[in-house]
Amino acid sequence: MNTQLAETLSAVLLVLVLVCAVVRPFGWPEAVVAVPAAGLLIATGAIPLDDALDEVERLGPVVGFLAAVLVLAQLCDDEGLFQACGAWMARTAAGRPRRLLALVFMAASAITAVLSLDATVVLLTPVVFATAARLGARPRPHVYACTHLSNTASLLLPVSNLTNLLAFTASGLSFTRFAALMVLPWVAAIAVEYVVFRRFFASDLDAGAQAPVDAEPPRLPMFALVTVACTLAGFVLTSVVGVDPAWAALGGALTLAVRGLLRRRTTPRALLAATSVPFLAFVLALGVVVQAVVDNGLDEALGHLVPEGSGLLELLALAGLAAVLANVINNLPAVLVLLPLTAPSGPGAVLAVLLGVNIGPNLTYAGSLATLLWRRIVHAHEGEVELKEFTRLGVYAVPASLGAAVLALWGSLAVIGGG
Amino acid sequence: MSVVVWIVEGTWPACVDAARAHTSADADVALLHVTPADVPGAAHGAFAGLLGRGHRERDPGTRLEHLAAASAQDLLRSAADRLGRPCTRTERTGRVEREVVAAAEGRDLLILARDGDRTHLGPHSLGPASRFVVDHAPCPVLLVWPEASPGLSTMPPPPPRP
Repeated sequence: MNTQLAETLSAVLLVLVLVCAVVRPFGWPEAVVAVPAAGLLIATGAIPLDDALDEVERLGPVVGFLAAVLVLAQLCDDEGLFQACGAWMARTAAGRPRRLLALVFMAASAITAVLSLDATVVLLTPVVFATAARLGARPRPHVYACTHLSNTASLLLPVSNLTNLLAFTASGLSFTRFAALMVLPWVAAIAVEYVVFRRFFASDLDAGAQAPVDAEPPRLPMFALVTVACTLAGFVLTSVVGVDPAWAALGGALTLAVRGLLRRRTTPRALLAATSVPFLAFVLALGVVVQAVVDNGLDEALGHLVPEGSGLLELLALAGLAAVLANVINNLPAVLVLLPLTAPSGPGAVLAVLLGVNIGPNLTYAGSLATLLWRRIVHAHEGEVELKEFTRLGVYAVPASLGAAVLALWGSLAVIGGG
Repeated sequence: MSVVVWIVEGTWPACVDAARAHTSADADVALLHVTPADVPGAAHGAFAGLLGRGHRERDPGTRLEHLAAASAQDLLRSAADRLGRPCTRTERTGRVEREVVAAAEGRDLLILARDGDRTHLGPHSLGPASRFVVDHAPCPVLLVWPEASPGLSTMPPPPPRP
């Protein structure tokens, strides 16, 4: 197959895979289209089998790591961790919406960092809504905080976001060095976001809350909390002794799984559902398809757009480019495209890309323009998408928090070093 | 007399009290709560942004829609209890300010509360949604302070004479 044809075929298939991932025709899992697309690219020679296998081998441990964290988060929910979190927020907020917002920022940042952004979006957001409703406070600032922080607060650890896991393997950093370099950008981005929220939602927060505060102290699921703490310690320990930190995640998930099964809080079927096997297959197949697009010419096309080096200006340009790409396609394909192009410039460049793809999605409603457009076409509910409001918040929050995060990363690189 | 009372989290008790104080006992009172559509929408969007996660039944936006409906019913029940008179309860979903204006059409009175910065007298005491409703309401409006109004001393000084 000639290069022109291979490039066209792989690009068309990438678009098809992305569109189907958003539209999900007939309710099929995303993998139903992505896996045959990857197979077709291998069969036609658009990507050599060895290259495809290399990509799968590179991504395999990453998706395994992610699966373990997804299961861990679900089991924490089964243990009542998120409910306890809601009860704690309701009690500590004491009927004051501004204090509730601060608590939601803390809880969402911690949960996103440790149990991944999926946990914040799927498990924490409904709890936060229920908490606001229980206090008689307006839910909008608190729900929006969850959606924004699931992106912004996913900078800290390799497990916080699938994009981080991909970058983590490409950067060659250890778990602890990754976290050490990202802690300042994480704090900076969240702090800027908090200031923007306080101003943007001032009238919702001023409205107050009416419901009496529930004085009942929340019952803490200690076993789940201790398991998560031990898993975190395991990440650091495995990193120090040179073992893949995915084993620590597996250990944490297995501990809670055994307990959940013994206490009949979960079933093997529910555990399998939590690992999202079709999602893992989708990630592997998407990786192969994106690799084909990159190898067949996108690297040359984008190569001159991608700045080299890790000075402040280069970092800003990389983060900006990544943010734009994350909004045009989605952060997952964006990071797959940008990693091979930036990895040679060192960990600083890779982490700048992460800042862009993780914070950038807050600019548009659903994390990418493509997703948004398709959602509007597929679910044209009148008034469902208040695009203007969400985008206005993004316009205030994203450039400011991204700028602050890049500046903080530049400082961290200067102090800690990227080696 | 046909009255709409806009029930909003945080400020509604003052509106119910105003309805009791300023309308006759036989007035036809409708309690209205509007759930902003963008709140479940933001959760739907965040889930859609998690490309490839599948399991549409895990979409938190759907759970938020159910929670919002339950919470609106609770709020309207509390408001009806506080009113202590026969009334109708209406729950709408959509763009809040536009839904309120639409619900006020053909009514004799709309009661709403200030919901902006209420530490000072002045235009900032109206938030964007209540400002829109006051500007566009197709009927007389009774605008109340959710709590005691700030004193006249909080009024900004007059502009300097030219």
